[in-house]
Amino acid sequence: MTGNIFRLSFNMLRRDWRAGEWRVLLLALVLAVGSMSTVGLFADRVRQALQQEATSLLGADLRVTSTRVISPEYRAAALQRNLAVVTSAVFPSMVSRAQAISRDQATSRAQAASADAQTILTEIMAVGQGYPLRGKIEIDDGTPHEATGIPQRGTVWGDARLIQRLNLEIGDEINLGTLRLRVAARIVRDVDQAVGFASFAPRVLLNLEDLSSSGLVQEGSRISHRLLIAGEPNKVSELRSWLVERLQLSEKIEDVRDARPEIRTALERAENFLGLAALTAVVLAGVALALAARQFITRHLDTCAMLRCLGASQAQVLQIFLYQFLLLGFFAVIFGCIIGYAVQAGLVQTIAAMRDANLPTPSWMPIWQASISGLALLLGFAFLPLWQLKSVSPLRVIRRELGIPEARTGLLYGLGGVVLGGLFLWQAGSLKLGFIVLGGLAGGLLIFGLLAWLALRALSKIPLAGNRALTNLAQHGRTNALQIVALSLGGMALLLLTFVRGDLLDNWRTRLPPDAPNRFLVNIQADQREPLLNFFTAQKINTPKLFPMVRGRLIAINHRAISGDDYPEPRARSLVEREFNLSWSENMPSGNELVQGRWWMQPTESALSVEEGIAKTLGIHIGDTLTYDVAGSQFSAEVVNFRRLNWDSMQVNFFVVATPALLENFTTSYLTSFHLPADQVRAGDKLATTFPNLLIINTEAVIEQVRNIVEQIAQTVSAIFMFTLLSGLAVLYAALLAMQDERIHQTAILRTLGADSRYLRKLHLTEFAVLGALSGLFSAAGAALLGWVIANQVLDIPYRPGIMLLLTGVGGGTVIVTLAGWLATRRVANMSPLRVLQSA
Amino acid sequence: MHKINFKKEYIFMADIVQAANLGKQVESGGQPLTILHEINFSVKAGESLAILGASGSGKSTLLGLLAGLDTPSNGTVYLDGHDLSALDEDGRARLRGRLAGFVFQSFQLLPALSALENVMLPLELHTASNLPASKLPAINNHSISIQERARQALQKVGLAARVTHLPKHLSGGEQQRVAIARAFVGQPKILFADEPTGNLDATTGAQIIELLLELNRAHGTTLILVTHDEALARRCNRQIHLAAGRIVI
Ligand SMILES: Nc1ncnc2c1ncn2[C@@H]1O[C@H](COP(=O)(O)OP(=O)(O)O)[C@@H](O)[C@H]1O
Ligand SMILES: [Mg+2]
Repeated sequence: MTGNIFRLSFNMLRRDWRAGEWRVLLLALVLAVGSMSTVGLFADRVRQALQQEATSLLGADLRVTSTRVISPEYRAAALQRNLAVVTSAVFPSMVSRAQAISRDQATSRAQAASADAQTILTEIMAVGQGYPLRGKIEIDDGTPHEATGIPQRGTVWGDARLIQRLNLEIGDEINLGTLRLRVAARIVRDVDQAVGFASFAPRVLLNLEDLSSSGLVQEGSRISHRLLIAGEPNKVSELRSWLVERLQLSEKIEDVRDARPEIRTALERAENFLGLAALTAVVLAGVALALAARQFITRHLDTCAMLRCLGASQAQVLQIFLYQFLLLGFFAVIFGCIIGYAVQAGLVQTIAAMRDANLPTPSWMPIWQASISGLALLLGFAFLPLWQLKSVSPLRVIRRELGIPEARTGLLYGLGGVVLGGLFLWQAGSLKLGFIVLGGLAGGLLIFGLLAWLALRALSKIPLAGNRALTNLAQHGRTNALQIVALSLGGMALLLLTFVRGDLLDNWRTRLPPDAPNRFLVNIQADQREPLLNFFTAQKINTPKLFPMVRGRLIAINHRAISGDDYPEPRARSLVEREFNLSWSENMPSGNELVQGRWWMQPTESALSVEEGIAKTLGIHIGDTLTYDVAGSQFSAEVVNFRRLNWDSMQVNFFVVATPALLENFTTSYLTSFHLPADQVRAGDKLATTFPNLLIINTEAVIEQVRNIVEQIAQTVSAIFMFTLLSGLAVLYAALLAMQDERIHQTAILRTLGADSRYLRKLHLTEFAVLGALSGLFSAAGAALLGWVIANQVLDIPYRPGIMLLLTGVGGGTVIVTLAGWLATRRVANMSPLRVLQSA
Repeated sequence: MHKINFKKEYIFMADIVQAANLGKQVESGGQPLTILHEINFSVKAGESLAILGASGSGKSTLLGLLAGLDTPSNGTVYLDGHDLSALDEDGRARLRGRLAGFVFQSFQLLPALSALENVMLPLELHTASNLPASKLPAINNHSISIQERARQALQKVGLAARVTHLPKHLSGGEQQRVAIARAFVGQPKILFADEPTGNLDATTGAQIIELLLELNRAHGTTLILVTHDEALARRCNRQIHLAAGRIVI
């Protein structure tokens, strides 16, 4: 029996298909699955790539650092999970140039003879085979190229500063402890460098096997042992949790997110942005699907009545349509996934940044996600309303006016909404983002619908000569309001694509201007401030603002002593065990944002301002009293506000800022950040020699990473919004089709009543223009609103919608809807009314 | 199933349709409105009955009740011995599928389906529902396909040349012939027709009625025909007149 019903369903699907009944529904579904899979696959690859690129800063996915030799247990645990492991050791040491160089070389460098005797402090990095696990080191051993391994035994690679400071050439030898090592190459681009505040000294890369014979490593020397880990993300995070539980006080675990807040923020935004783009596509596809399904069902009322009349039971009617929908869904999902995969692959080829990034192959997850979501959308929006179809009264064959049993419409669309909502949260990956968009959308749709309905009613009251069209619109207020909402959604997608996207991306890009600070200067002494600023003026580098800094340890919250053991979370623990960089300021640091509490009125108050994230990690509330220990003396003060920092500005940021009165009298050093133009690197070297005690930290690599992420996301989002555009068009198309269906019947009746085609044309054009203008207005409002939400909640950038958005929305809406409506009904106006009524 | 049917047919062979105290009330503008009052009559197997009356007299309502498309407010209908009021919606649907064919004023062809496919639909549905073979009597060879049977039915109504046409490419009279072929293809015991000539001109209308009566005679099908045309009605065995929901003589 099931088999036969299935065959009947299949036959009906085939025949209906030929008649074009399924086209809109199929189009909507293919678009939904296509856009979801494209976005999903794309986002998956980009996410993987960004992650990988970011991890090249660390040289690994995960890094364990310890002051003691790292337990072999850790290594075993990593290997057991099929992860790649490399050990390294980093420590400071003095290095000098070995004396035995040939004379002729020396004469050519006679002017630098004094350097021969020079011994400089360097950062030695001894690495094992396989280093780095992520990213590539670029070296120059005569020709610049990517390094394929690590320095051979007996040789080292030195960075530019080492080569310059010791006046070396490739092939020269250096003394390191008891070792004599040949400099085999210059490091052009390093990994594992920009992380932390460690890379101020010239760096030497050494083979780990040479380390044991160097006699450099003794008990108590300032060495940091590192275990670098990389591999499959799931396994890495599994290992991470395993490690976190066993972590000793002397050990620290980092991934790139812990290491660089700038990159963490950029990555999170990137993921949010991608998620949002995908969500928009899903919503639009869902709406197109709902519209198409509604149309499909009204068109199939007669079929259902006829089937019932011919003796089909309700269950059979339901089965017949369910099978058709499942069949259609099956093909649409396969087709959509294929399209999604192809488009995604094509996009990667056309976007330069993507092609060069050598994206990893996508996982299967997005395909599953898109397929399941597609079927859920179909069942949520199309099948559930079918439940109504099954109970269509067979009496309809005699009484045409009997419509769909209306009672449960609310419930059914409610179910569709719940399905969509669930998908939303799933796709968004973030509850917050999902709820923002979902809530905003549901609220927006309701409000727009209501406004549209009110507007139509108000318009019909205008005593215009021949405003038959307006009265007409108001009479079918609910249907028309629904159409306006649908049209607005489509329009909104178009406007988002054209206007808002450009504005947003430009604003985001300019957050990191070309002259963003790329050097941090730490350890400036009070009496060096003047000479330093003079130095900057002399070198024609913009004089930066100097921030005072006092180092202190947090020892009590509300007079209760705290220690690292109070905090199970490693990040919190290390925060408590470390010294904080405290600063003081009369005014709120520029670029920071007050999120809770007040800024101080008087610099003489005693008050503290804390960054919101750290406050949460450490469980600090407004009104708590914090006690700090600064070089043996203590002070306590109340927390009066929380700030949000602006990480992507690359400015100096402080987690804790105090009133001047609190900190002024402690020993203070200063720090700053500035932009060192690429052609003034010499000035940087001069700075280092003039003020030898300063720590100069190069953040170029981080900036480059952040820029890369922004650029890749910008291009990705543009591509993904193409799908939003398509879905928006599908919504428009479905809404226009529904409009057409209704107008056709109405037109035929008016024609039989003797309306001439001029009258009809005027009537329709007015109706369409009003619908279009209202939809355009709402599209612009929706796009502006969504843009604002993205800017504020996702990208954290300023955004102000322009007047052009509104003008384009209203103008475009009016023109497009009028034109499309006219094209659709033009045929009808010329058809014989009998024909229309018969075929309706 | 087949056996039971046979028995029932035997017992109730005399009255294939029987209306007992049939009444229908509806809510209209908050007021109860009686459309049909205590209708009593019966139709013998093979008979042709015309239901006459002015527009709004309740003809369609009565037909709907007789065919089990709607439920009465009082009384009941016996269809081939089955008490319709004892059946639920699906039970009535099964009975309809087994016993009845329909022809309507507005043809009710499915627009996406060709003439042939429209005629095939009831057969496909019956196969799908595994209805007992009694509905498809042995007059026809069982082995011939559904498609072939639909083709033969169309041939009988004179549309052999139009099988692949879509309804919108057929004239009104042709569409109604397709509808008749669809109604007869399953060899029903009863044919219900609600003003089948209402949308047709007089000549075509007469031809359609002629066709219906011919099939009624040839297959012994009971015909219940709703019309407001006295002349057409006179060609049936019996007539019932309705006025304001009551039978008038
Ligand atoms: N569901 C209903 N609600 C209100 N009035 C109805 C309903 N069904 C039928 N009627 C009314 O009952 C009367 C008889 O209808 P109908 O059986 O269609 O008449 P006929 O087919 O003879 O023209 C008409 O006046 C019609 O308006
Ligand atoms: Mg009638």
